[in-house]
Amino acid sequence: MNFWNDPLKIAADWMEGIFVGWGMDAVLAHVLVAFLGVFLLIAILMVVDIFLVWVERKVVARFQDRLGPNRLGPFGLIQPFADIIKLIIKEDTTPGGADKVVYNLAPILSMMSVLILWAVVPIAPVMLGVDLNVGVLFLIAAGAIGTLSIIMAGWSSNNKFALIGGFRQVAVMVAFEVPMLTMLLVPTIFASSMNMNDIIQGQGNLWYFALSPLGALIFLVAAIAELGRAPFDLAEGESELVSGFNIEYSGMKFGMFYAGELLHAMTFGGIWAILFFGGYRFFGLEQVSPFLAIPIFLFKALIGYWIIMWVRYTMMRIRIDQMLVFNWVFLTPLSFVLLMVTALMNALLKDASLWIYGLGMFLSNVVVGWIALEIARSVSRKQRESVEGPKNLAEAPH
Amino acid sequence: MTGEQIIFLITAGFTLGSGFMVVTTRNLVHAALWLVSTLFGVAVLYALMNANFIAVVQVVVYIGAIAILFIFAVMLTRKDLRENTPQINKNWWAGALLAALVFAGLVFLLQGWSGFSKTGSALPSDFDAVGMLGEALVSPNAYVLPFEVASVLLLAALVGAVYVAFNKK
Repeated sequence: MNFWNDPLKIAADWMEGIFVGWGMDAVLAHVLVAFLGVFLLIAILMVVDIFLVWVERKVVARFQDRLGPNRLGPFGLIQPFADIIKLIIKEDTTPGGADKVVYNLAPILSMMSVLILWAVVPIAPVMLGVDLNVGVLFLIAAGAIGTLSIIMAGWSSNNKFALIGGFRQVAVMVAFEVPMLTMLLVPTIFASSMNMNDIIQGQGNLWYFALSPLGALIFLVAAIAELGRAPFDLAEGESELVSGFNIEYSGMKFGMFYAGELLHAMTFGGIWAILFFGGYRFFGLEQVSPFLAIPIFLFKALIGYWIIMWVRYTMMRIRIDQMLVFNWVFLTPLSFVLLMVTALMNALLKDASLWIYGLGMFLSNVVVGWIALEIARSVSRKQRESVEGPKNLAEAPH
Repeated sequence: MTGEQIIFLITAGFTLGSGFMVVTTRNLVHAALWLVSTLFGVAVLYALMNANFIAVVQVVVYIGAIAILFIFAVMLTRKDLRENTPQINKNWWAGALLAALVFAGLVFLLQGWSGFSKTGSALPSDFDAVGMLGEALVSPNAYVLPFEVASVLLLAALVGAVYVAFNKK
């Protein structure tokens, strides 16, 4: 084992050796090195986060046919640092009647719920925080803390728009947790493990996207809703709620929410890649060195992030009732049916060859998706007719 | 004292303190938030016992669903979030006595148990707690019947809640 195969372990052993050499207790040195590792990961993530602000602004500019930040540095790369300086030196306001402790705790919890996700994200075969055997469920647990932070922010601001925004966001998050959790079970069935690393290892021959494209799609929709991005950004709804749950926050506290959202989006891009697109795997390149696996994983995560941005800047915001109907009447039953069909097909085709297994899974996904769309189409046609009256199809459009 | 014991003591103190705040704070939303930290402390205790699955489920179910529901219910149903009624009634001594008796009884019972003063042996590295739990839940020799009965009960509660809330035209 050398540095190129397992750099983190080598570095950690080296650090521990130094600390013990200074006369420190071995256990204490181990704990200290673990803390340093966590600190390093968070520091790297925050630096990545700074550049995500730039990426987000550049990409939205391209979608809207603008140039985006282009004054400071090459391609406006220094712009996010100027933004940070602005956020830090801005006046830190606390609204009158606000619940101070809860108000100040909410942005921290919001950021924490994102950073804690990285504890179980395998960046490279040997680089992951915890090899948790329930890694998939951990995502939902971290999401629960995010939900809590938003309700805390909405309530403690002592502002009715913030409270309405908080209520809406929590309604979205609680609702879309159901299809998301259900779709997390699809890779779990394929890999027969809830461990993130096992799920990646199980995609050696075939990405799970090929086995369950519908599952990947539902997961993406639920992830976008969980992020509170358009078309599910009714919690922010500028035109009706000014800014939603974070309306009263200024300076870096607002920055925490904003940066947390961007990092959350990229994290979900990465988790999407792990669950359905093989994570750090790419034609065996990840076996060569972790230094190759990290760029592969980051590339896939950024593609997922780009798709989330693409959806965000293309779709219109939907109303809360449409959102709830879409989730509870369409997406949740569909994900339950898909899970049952996947489990059944898995039991039937377990011993078949990879080709038959993959084909069977893919076709069952297509059939389930097609039937769901047909049912949705006929229901919406009936609803339309009950409002507009039956349409005469023979009549030519005006 | 080992590191694990120190972590246990800190967590237990944190959980107890939060639990005390739940029943003493006057602000109902604060009580709900203290309840969240109590439940989180319990999740940490589960994690200390290597029960990862239970720990994560504790966070998902209790913090992600039940605590949020509490906060919603408090916010949507109460006009004044401060509680002005006295927090104890005249039966407080009976409650305290009962709690002390239960605690003493538990300590007495556990002292007679041989495993009370033992330290737990380390789990083998390939110990698959989640897999064993999953198999136990669906195995006819273990808990399949209670598991299914609980599922039917929850389903009945769900259907009942929908029926009560359903707006008949």
